[in-house]
Amino acid sequence: MTKQHANWSPYDNNGGTCVAIAGSDYCVIAADTRMSTGYSILSRDYSKIHKLADKAVLSSSGFQADVKALQKVLKSRHLIYQHQHNKQMSCPAMAQLLSNTLYFKRFFPYYAFNVLGGLDAEGKGCVFTYDAVGSYEKVGYSAQGSGSTLIMPFLDNQLKSPSPLLLPAQDSITPLSEAEAVDLVKTVFASATERDIYTGDKLEIMILKADGIKTELIDLRKD
Amino acid sequence: MFRNQYDTDVTTWSPTGRLFQVEYAMEAVKQGSAAIGLRSRSHVVLACVNKAQSELSSHQKKIFKVDDHIGVAIAGLTADGRVLSRYMRSESINHFFTYESPLPVGRLVVHLADKAQVCTQRSWKRPYGVGLLVGGLDESGAHLYYNCPSGNYFEYQAFAIGSRSQAAKTYLERRFESFGESSREDLIKDAILAVRETLQGETLKSSLCTVSILGVDEPFHFLDQEEIQKVIDTFEKVAEEEDEAEGEAEAAPAAAQAEQAGDQDVAPMEI
Repeated sequence: MTKQHANWSPYDNNGGTCVAIAGSDYCVIAADTRMSTGYSILSRDYSKIHKLADKAVLSSSGFQADVKALQKVLKSRHLIYQHQHNKQMSCPAMAQLLSNTLYFKRFFPYYAFNVLGGLDAEGKGCVFTYDAVGSYEKVGYSAQGSGSTLIMPFLDNQLKSPSPLLLPAQDSITPLSEAEAVDLVKTVFASATERDIYTGDKLEIMILKADGIKTELIDLRKD
Repeated sequence: MFRNQYDTDVTTWSPTGRLFQVEYAMEAVKQGSAAIGLRSRSHVVLACVNKAQSELSSHQKKIFKVDDHIGVAIAGLTADGRVLSRYMRSESINHFFTYESPLPVGRLVVHLADKAQVCTQRSWKRPYGVGLLVGGLDESGAHLYYNCPSGNYFEYQAFAIGSRSQAAKTYLERRFESFGESSREDLIKDAILAVRETLQGETLKSSLCTVSILGVDEPFHFLDQEEIQKVIDTFEKVAEEEDEAEGEAEAAPAAAQAEQAGDQDVAPMEI
């Protein structure tokens, strides 16, 4: 008799795409606002971006229930940190905490595909990109979620140095101005929305700088 | 209170129905430097005297933030107080995690009291040697509670604990009926004046006291030295002018009285 397999899954994929780009003194974090399940739309107005600390903003696609649970855990841990250290967590510290939190559930993972954006201790933009179990890397830009395969190659084309053999990327910070970065984000999302059915409705863009956070909300195609 | 044959264990009753170890723990609270709390309808102020071990050391931290809407001031064994503050912070965070809403102050003090009671009924434990003034804001308004090492807790309009707290309590008893409607600034002033009562003659300086406040639309935070000094200056100046008026014989008692009436009821200065 063959082993019986479960006829249900604890996971669901709510779709959506998240992108982040780091600059010399800013960081842009963007995500669409469509939440779906299967071929249905659950919400056209669901934010996938969450502020964890003054200088660290998390954007996650995947299973939003797991994302919500992950955000709650990180928020509580951040409160404890603030009580103990009398200050907010820096972005690199939050990056490590996120990695540890994800790996903690290595054998029943958070179905969350994360991009963490923020400013480091020197005020330079930083982006950290993750897999579901906490493997992470500091990069200059990243995309995660259903539209990531459409967006990432284009970001590589625009932002990566021409040949890693001739000119290895010295810094993970892209030499873009804030306006150029925001424009690039709008462009990639417009394209991703065309071909990815799970991406669309609205685009939420958060721009993190030393003096605060600005948010922009832009319409995308609703089909 | 004298040594007797029923005071060795916390789990031994005396023939008159007392637990002496618990009462001794409450004595420890009276030995600590003063902590004062008062509340209005919308704000709670916690203040304390900064006591330093020696001139070389920094002063003990006696007021702790538990959450944006709860603060605690302690008197007694500050180590016990620190541990209990950590417990309170943990309870607050866990409550928010489960219910996505701030922990009501009344619930927190019950948890604290139950925790303290456990230590009065276990032979291998000792009571916490710290009194806690818990101030907080929740849906039912502003609250101030006092948690005892005995496991009892009471709600107060204003209270003072620690050494020479009786002087502060006398001051507060005279004025507490007006606190409910006090403005934020008046509440801070009353707190600092109450602290001054416990100093008994020592000149009040902003470096000698720590003041914290929380209220509607105002998360828990400490007042900085300049703010405290400004408040001290308002009533110290009036007192100085009083002294001058008296020094000039009874030439202008009306002027002095006018100053006093303009200001609040300033406690009599020792000359």
